[in-house]
Amino acid sequence: MAISENAANVSVRPHHTLWGDAWVRLRRNKLAMAGGIFIILLSLAAIFAPLITPYSFSHQDLTAILQNPSAKHWLGTDGLGRDVFARLLYGARTSLAVGIFTQIIVLGIGLPIGAIAGYAGGTVDNVLMRFVDFMYGFPDILLIILIKAILGGGIYQLFFAIGLVAWVDIARLVRGQMMSVKSRDFVAAARAMGGMGPYITERHLLPNSLGPIIVSVTFNVPRAIFTEAALSFIGIGVRPPTPSWGSMISDGYAVIFSSWYQVFFPALAIALLMIAFTFLGDGLRDALDPKMRH
Amino acid sequence: MTRFVIRRVLWLILVLLVVSFVTFALMHLVPGGPWSRDKQLAPAVVAALNAKYGLDKPFLVQYGNFLVGILHGDLGISYSYQDRSVTQILMQGFPKSAILGGTAFILAMIVGIAFGMAAALRQNTWIDYVCVMFSTIFASVPGFVLGILLIIVFSVGLHWFPTGGWGSPSQVIMPAVALAALPAAFIARITRASTLETMRQDYVRTARSKGLLERVVLIRHILRNALIPVVTVAGPEFAALVTGSVIVETIFSIPGVGRLFVEAVFARDYGLIMGTVLFYAFIISFANMVVDILYGVIDPRIRYD
Repeated sequence: MAISENAANVSVRPHHTLWGDAWVRLRRNKLAMAGGIFIILLSLAAIFAPLITPYSFSHQDLTAILQNPSAKHWLGTDGLGRDVFARLLYGARTSLAVGIFTQIIVLGIGLPIGAIAGYAGGTVDNVLMRFVDFMYGFPDILLIILIKAILGGGIYQLFFAIGLVAWVDIARLVRGQMMSVKSRDFVAAARAMGGMGPYITERHLLPNSLGPIIVSVTFNVPRAIFTEAALSFIGIGVRPPTPSWGSMISDGYAVIFSSWYQVFFPALAIALLMIAFTFLGDGLRDALDPKMRH
Repeated sequence: MTRFVIRRVLWLILVLLVVSFVTFALMHLVPGGPWSRDKQLAPAVVAALNAKYGLDKPFLVQYGNFLVGILHGDLGISYSYQDRSVTQILMQGFPKSAILGGTAFILAMIVGIAFGMAAALRQNTWIDYVCVMFSTIFASVPGFVLGILLIIVFSVGLHWFPTGGWGSPSQVIMPAVALAALPAAFIARITRASTLETMRQDYVRTARSKGLLERVVLIRHILRNALIPVVTVAGPEFAALVTGSVIVETIFSIPGVGRLFVEAVFARDYGLIMGTVLFYAFIISFANMVVDILYGVIDPRIRYD
């Protein structure tokens, strides 16, 4: 009797996966969900910008410069008579593009280097990690500015300048993850069954390191976005007329006393996007932490 | 311990050598040279200038000359400030960056530790929630955005502080706050987590059960141990604050090293770029080294082999 009852219990026990559990936990975290929803809404607004605003980001209406927010121009116009709301929306495209493409570069360099160092160990690990240490010796922002100055140009060069400097953290993280997962029993089992290095790395090591990598990317995206804004602010980011929140701040800064909202809205947009990513990143970290799994 | 320190110092020198070499190479890849002006100079003039400053020599020779100069404490010459050497320019800019960064650092440590401790000691009360909320928000808003928002409120709106410049204490407050917010939030988070962790330790329970005053337990047993992780981030944070004000210095028109660097890149002033990067790299690497060494002093459980 007791045995059959137990068996029944086992059969009805709901199926849990790591990702399913994580999703349930993430959904319960209101701040993380708010952050995620904000990011999704902003992305949609950026993609469908032409449907949301009738104005283009570059059209200059010199009869209507530096206007206050009104029904016609929701957030006013800038010093060249361009609609600030339209420029914010199209500027979000720049920000999100920088966030996404720099992370592709970061993962493209950092994942293999970290994985090789962590899996191979020994001399290979030593050489790669000393290289990473050298990278840490550079003042980040100065190196990005220098590389951007070499590459010149606009947004594509910016992806590379940021990506070429920012991969170091991911490489270190992946290496650490690899080393800790490598010594687990299921990896030994896979190896005992004849699994080869690349197979084990791909099927066991990487999937099990995925949680921290996702969390790290969630925190790195806003850093890249902020770096773009900062570089565009000092005039070496994207080139006009590409709209960027950073260059909007820089343009509006000259007239901050007469029309402060010129810099206020883009600054607020950057701040909100940063906070949204932090909420989401914190939530993801809590949700993906296997120690919290019951 | 002595062997560890020696090894660490040698490593520092190696890092700086690599940083200087890579920067030197990168710098020469920047299109244009220090003589690129809106109005083009005659080729003969450029050749003469290159010869005067040794820019016509092979790359490695130039790098070698630079290294020899450093051994004499000479970071070379600036091509845009003809009247001063790079060392002199940096020595004029650095005190400003240091005062700004130092003020921000002290502010960040005091506020961060106070809020972190308060949150931990009153865990799951409104004090905790408010501290956590603020630290999450300020940990994500970059200094340059916060600086802009501060200017809008306190300069444009309330006229309390000037928008920038250097010379009076009122010109330090806003940029220091803008710089300090992020590390303060970061330190508050670390302090809170580490204090909560320490409060659960057996030796704290033992201290309480021997009947020690709560104040004594708090200061001698909890505070001292909870601050170990804070000390480890303090060094890099200090270096980051002193060297990381590039954008904030630009916003608040502070003639510090960060702004010098931005100007140097625009002017392709090789000498000044090189000097700035190396100077910053030295501060960052040195701070990391000091932390590595101090770590063992603070926490005797750590042993160097």
